[in-house]
Amino acid sequence: MTYALVDCNSFYASCERIFRPDIKNKPVVVLSNNDGCVVALSKEAKNLGIKMCEPWFKIKDSFSKKGGVAFSSNYELYADISSRVMQTLEYLAPKIEIYSIDEAFLDLKGIDRCVSFQEFGFQCRDTVQQWVGMPVCVGVAPTKTLAKVANYGAKKYPGTCGVVDLSSRERQRRLMSLMPVGEVWGVGKKINQKLYSMGVVTALQLADMDIKLIKNKFSSILGRTVMELQGYPCIGLDERPSTKKQIIVSRTFGKKINSLQGLHEAVSDYTVRACEKLRKEEQYCQMISVFMRTNYFRQQDKQYSGMLSCKLNSPTNDTRDILNAARSITKKVFKENYNFIKAGVLLSDFYDDGVSQSDFFAPNLDRLGGKDLMATIDKINQTGIGKVTFAAQGLEKSWSMKRSLQSPRYSTNWNELLVVR
Amino acid sequence: MTIDYLGNATEEDLPLLKIPYFLNTVRVGWPSPADDYVERPIDLNEYLIKNVAATYFVRVSGDSMINAYIGDGAILVVDRSIEPKHNKIVIASINGSYTCKRLLLKPKICLVAENPKYSPIFIEKEAELEIAGIVIAAINTY
Repeated sequence: MTYALVDCNSFYASCERIFRPDIKNKPVVVLSNNDGCVVALSKEAKNLGIKMCEPWFKIKDSFSKKGGVAFSSNYELYADISSRVMQTLEYLAPKIEIYSIDEAFLDLKGIDRCVSFQEFGFQCRDTVQQWVGMPVCVGVAPTKTLAKVANYGAKKYPGTCGVVDLSSRERQRRLMSLMPVGEVWGVGKKINQKLYSMGVVTALQLADMDIKLIKNKFSSILGRTVMELQGYPCIGLDERPSTKKQIIVSRTFGKKINSLQGLHEAVSDYTVRACEKLRKEEQYCQMISVFMRTNYFRQQDKQYSGMLSCKLNSPTNDTRDILNAARSITKKVFKENYNFIKAGVLLSDFYDDGVSQSDFFAPNLDRLGGKDLMATIDKINQTGIGKVTFAAQGLEKSWSMKRSLQSPRYSTNWNELLVVR
Repeated sequence: MTIDYLGNATEEDLPLLKIPYFLNTVRVGWPSPADDYVERPIDLNEYLIKNVAATYFVRVSGDSMINAYIGDGAILVVDRSIEPKHNKIVIASINGSYTCKRLLLKPKICLVAENPKYSPIFIEKEAELEIAGIVIAAINTY
């Protein structure tokens, strides 16, 4: 087996740079919802000493003074760029597994008959850069965990030019001896601490551990990681993304809400979004939950956090039915005289179309033409030209997120295209 | 001027249009001779876009490319996967902003406007010039 891991460099920051040649070498950070804290940063921003999760208000002034540029998160843009990267990789490799928004595993079986793995890695890097404008690093190795190790090396050492082929055991061992064990795929904070106390500091030390001991002291999952580090493939390529088991849409409000009407609007808005996602997965849900909470950090305020669920008579993905349910739950969870800062909707108990057993005594919930109506609304909202919303979502949305520094949706909205002279 | 009729253009949501491929059900007797000629309606995307992953749309501001039939407000179809060559219309990055010009490699590397009002931009060092993509079509609306 041979796998490659292709990982985008500072993905969100690089997306912002594609359409902004003026910020090519400037420090770039991307902020979380409501412009709260830093969720992504470019190499240059890292070099200024800025860390992930740092609160924006703390670094705002000094960062701007040093020529840094900040963006509110622009998920429409990031999702489109991600899909372009994945399409390009699909064109290049026989099989790919999309691992996250900015990473994919490729199955390179047989490719070395035509080109060397090293050369293929450079082809990947150059093609994605040319076609999409996204810089990536490529790590090649006989197992997925070692491909992650290779990618770590490609990112860490500029001399590699972003491509590392770890086909030889000798090179695997040398790189692992330089890699802290906490950086290994599948080693979390807790495991890292425990390994550290056992004197295991580098990835190589973990690779040389006795598998039986690891399985006894930790878990068979970590045992699998050790096997993979030793070069025995245990984790295959998962080409089909597994169907979701639940969908959550929740946000922090731009400003606190204390009225039932305000919460109804926010929860309805999240519900509409959750239903869109549900239909995209081609699933039907029977369980709906609504949760809301106050701001833990305002100790002068009374604190409350509540969640309630409701099971429908039959599974549905019609926004109107789910909205009705969400509204009645919201009314029950809500309490007067609290300042709410966050709310969310959780859909669960999913069914494929037609698998559900309908209740003989329940009124027939299937609305006439409901499927077509929902499909039409989704289609209209996807065009980016106009939007069909439900009245329950409210019109003013004074509670909605602050995204004051957002870049245009260059590639998904006709009205926000890049302008050239 | 002559105009060739190519067929009907439709909106992009083709799959949702419930137009049957074959208009006649075949029972007994003589099938319609037109059945073999029923085709899919024409799709502009298919005509304009060769490489979906590498194609972006950008909007033009100004009249610097007017003689290449690129007007103010036109939408350009830009393909990043095509290699820049002499005489291609390109999107280039100059001094931190993108511009649309014709790329000339000989006798000297420069970007020229398609409008005598603007003088050519000469590139002293090749490293200063970055080509972001090749313009493969311009959509002007009237």
